Amino acid sequence: MSGPVLKLVAQRIVMGLLLLLAVSVLIFAGTQILPGDVAQSILGQSATPEALANLRRDMGLNDPAYIRYLHWLGGILTGDLGTALSSGQDIATSLKGRLWNTLFLAFWAAVVSIPLAIALGLLAVRYRNGWVDKLISGLGLASTSLPEFFTGYLLIYFVAVRLQWFPSVSTVYDGMPLGERLSAIALPVTVLTLVVLAHMMRMTRAAILNVMQSAYIETAELKGLTPLQIITRHAFPNAIAPIVNVVMLNLAFLVVGVVVVEVIFVYPGMGQYLVDHVAKRDVPVVQACGLVFAAVYITLNIIADIVAIVSNPRLRHPK
Amino acid sequence: MSKELDYLSRKVARGHLSRRDFLGRAAALGVTTVLANSLLSSAALAEGPVKGGTLKAGMQGGASTDSMDPATWQSQVPYKFGRQWGEQLVEIQADGTLNPKLATEWGSTPDAKVWTFKIRKGVQFHNGKEMTADDVVATMERHSDANSKSGALGVMKGIDNVKKDGDTVVFTLKEPNADLPFLMDDYHLMIQPNGGKDKPTAGIGTGPYKVVKDEPGVRHIGEKFASYWDGDKRGHADQIEIIVINDATARTSALQSGQVHMINRVEPKIVDLVKRVPGVTIQNVAGKGHYVFIAHCNTAPFNNNDLRLALKYAMNREDMVQKILRGYGSIGNDFPINKAYPLFSDDIEQRAYDPDKAAFHFKKSGHDGSVLLRTSDVAFPGAIDAAQLFQQSAAKAGIKIEVKREPGDGYWSEVWNKQPFSESYWGGRPTQDQMYSTAYLSTADWNDTRFFNEKFDKTLIAARGELDPAKRKQMYRDMSVTVRDEGGVIVPMFNDFIDATSAKVGGWVKDGNQEMSGGYALSRCWLMA
Repeated sequence: MSGPVLKLVAQRIVMGLLLLLAVSVLIFAGTQILPGDVAQSILGQSATPEALANLRRDMGLNDPAYIRYLHWLGGILTGDLGTALSSGQDIATSLKGRLWNTLFLAFWAAVVSIPLAIALGLLAVRYRNGWVDKLISGLGLASTSLPEFFTGYLLIYFVAVRLQWFPSVSTVYDGMPLGERLSAIALPVTVLTLVVLAHMMRMTRAAILNVMQSAYIETAELKGLTPLQIITRHAFPNAIAPIVNVVMLNLAFLVVGVVVVEVIFVYPGMGQYLVDHVAKRDVPVVQACGLVFAAVYITLNIIADIVAIVSNPRLRHPK
Repeated sequence: MSKELDYLSRKVARGHLSRRDFLGRAAALGVTTVLANSLLSSAALAEGPVKGGTLKAGMQGGASTDSMDPATWQSQVPYKFGRQWGEQLVEIQADGTLNPKLATEWGSTPDAKVWTFKIRKGVQFHNGKEMTADDVVATMERHSDANSKSGALGVMKGIDNVKKDGDTVVFTLKEPNADLPFLMDDYHLMIQPNGGKDKPTAGIGTGPYKVVKDEPGVRHIGEKFASYWDGDKRGHADQIEIIVINDATARTSALQSGQVHMINRVEPKIVDLVKRVPGVTIQNVAGKGHYVFIAHCNTAPFNNNDLRLALKYAMNREDMVQKILRGYGSIGNDFPINKAYPLFSDDIEQRAYDPDKAAFHFKKSGHDGSVLLRTSDVAFPGAIDAAQLFQQSAAKAGIKIEVKREPGDGYWSEVWNKQPFSESYWGGRPTQDQMYSTAYLSTADWNDTRFFNEKFDKTLIAARGELDPAKRKQMYRDMSVTVRDEGGVIVPMFNDFIDATSAKVGGWVKDGNQEMSGGYALSRCWLMA
């Protein structure tokens, strides 16, 4: 890679970090305006005023907001996410396990859905406007339009309860053999694949079709290449940037947006972890989760940018 | 029941006949699957427990925020897991009487002010240490510390001091309390080594199962404790597991697909569907839990007893039980006690839906305009529907009720016990004294109806120290009538606990003290061969 590319990449990364800092302020401010406070939430309906007062004092909830923010930021920069208010566990430790589970699920969903989406997209272009194209688009759109809980329940009913091929409860744990783990996540991976498939597939189709209008495609046709060769050798490489963009967006969704799927399949991922702690007003955990999600989002978008820059020489030399 | 079927069911229990064959023969004899299944489980109970296997429960009520410290427990999963690894001094049984656990016997001075518990000998903690009176004293100390966040703080308030005396523990109370032994069943009061002062979250107790995996909000695993003192009665499976499944549909399908053997909280809405699943048995039992509409007796317009009476008469209780509980419950009578409590008087006149009387009292109250009722779907299952039903039955009496739906998030901190008229629930308490002291005594923290009645308070305190059951019963009757006629609470219904088990579960006991067979399902039940 040459100088200008490195400079551009460095710029993106610095921008990403600044963005992350801005997000941290937003997250902190957001958690402050939530109604109720953590002491009340921990003790719940059974809270007595004296127990509440004791708990609030112990948790330092009486300090002003900006002091708590600086304190928190300092902790994060030194790798200390603090301890969960509700259970007293170290946040970094418990978050790591959950994050790993989420990435594991997202990884396998991506492994299945991305090649499938791109292959289907290519096929749709090859047979564009024919019945193959219409069938692929139709099924893709239908699976995306169905809410994921509905698809999930359907799969549970037919595949888990009736056929008993895969378990309906996807609890995974440390030390679980890979085979069992994969069997456990088979249903959620299927649901997630159905959810993200159409978006990526349609984008692949549109981006390639766009390139197909170019003069050099006509040249390739005149050279006598087969339609599939034209698409894979000439059209696809030039359509990579928009495809990578939409793939990254979907990857981000697979990491940060799967709460519903996690709940239905009882999968111990980040989403459920976050929701539990929001309900308990466990502010440090909510903040840490928010920051991790933001970091994932920003990182994936930076990667999309960088791929676009590398794959398209025009972006390297801005006017 | 036919003798043949009886004989066959015992054969299954002994493992000489497969379930499938049995059900086939039962069908041939014209017996429904449901009946055949229930026959099987009673045969299994008579046949005695089967040892071994891994018994799994899918449960609602766990979160990644749960802790192993008994002082912090308030939701179903940590508490129900705790009942398997920890033990209290006593245990309330299905019939409401007390069973000795870590205390072998107990008694009090005639004034019920000083209570002595004899501590069981030869009981081991999971860490190999022997449980002693010192551990009991330390546990009580930890939970009565005003700085502790213990859910049992309210229970411990009335205790002046706890001291060891040889192998007994002596409780000296501030005021007489004939119910003290019942309070010792509180699920927070698990006896821990040195009271859990060293490490409250260690998860070490004396129960039939020792903790091997604790992943909050995901799963909890217990392994049979080899040196458990009461192994004949409890702890039949080699391993138990609670999987946290908060989604109702996911819970039901886990039971259907055989991933778990029992689940809690089957929603009344779907009970009839679940019932039809082959092999699944609905385990419902009447409990002490009830759903309430609470009005503050000291806030206008509810400070007028005629208005409160108007609202009480405008409540259609039968309709509530049929539509909200789908029949899985019983009607309430505007005081928080039912026949599940000891010393209950069943001769108190049942209040019925009476639009005319409601209209009469409403007019007499002089209130003009509508009444604002706040609710939320977290108040109790079906709370929104219940509010609308109430709105309709009240409209027939000419009372206009405005229903305001509040967000579930923050309902317990911003609405309940703050706003003058709202919906809520109570889980019930072991004794009448506990229920009234928790929510109806003038000085109670959770006096959520703002009920201030001097005579009631006096009777409550007096009943606490009264050791003659007949006199006590009369006192509780008087108090119930007072709450019913003057209080701010409307109790339309008592809800059943509805759990479900698969065909593999044997030994289920109907126990209305709590859901999941009084909380002991995992150590009481076994896996049938």
